[in-house]
Amino acid sequence: MTLTKADIIEKLYRAEKFKRTEVANYVETLLEIIKEKLEAGEDILISGFGKFCIKDKGSRRGRNPHTGEPIILEPRRIVTFRPSGKLRDKINGR
Amino acid sequence: MNKSQLIEVFSKRSGLKRYNAEFIIKEFFNAMTDALANGEGVEIRGFGSFSIREYDGYVGRNPKTGEQVEVAPKKLPFFKVGKELKERVMDKVTAQ
Repeated sequence: MTLTKADIIEKLYRAEKFKRTEVANYVETLLEIIKEKLEAGEDILISGFGKFCIKDKGSRRGRNPHTGEPIILEPRRIVTFRPSGKLRDKINGR
Repeated sequence: MNKSQLIEVFSKRSGLKRYNAEFIIKEFFNAMTDALANGEGVEIRGFGSFSIREYDGYVGRNPKTGEQVEVAPKKLPFFKVGKELKERVMDKVTAQ
């Protein structure tokens, strides 16, 4: 079983505070804010859950794994996730 | 940005009262935490997905004292960034 966005919306709807369409919009807005911040290079720290970090990777020499030909890999920016201690403990049943 | 700043921005943009904005954010991350704690994966299209990776135990060393320590097997959440987010973050670099 995998939890999807639809499952989260359903859970929030069952709290009987909002209409279903409202909940779906709120969840989209929330995700959009998080994505915008990461896009702007800002880290997002959710205490008790973890931290979404932006990391800049410099350019480096690599190889085309098919031909073995050396190539220059352009600088990249990536998103990483560091789980909080609380989340790690819960996953490990502690 | 931390959780309370996120609540602030979310409350403003959605028009929700602060406590409702906080409720949605808390429940959103609680739902993902519960799924992961139950060994389930999480998939948020456009954002990313979480899966559980299991690691074997091993005998390691305390790097300070050199003392041998038993490291127990463990599970860790692994985040794979979604296509949309990955591209939006990358576009900022190539544009520079």
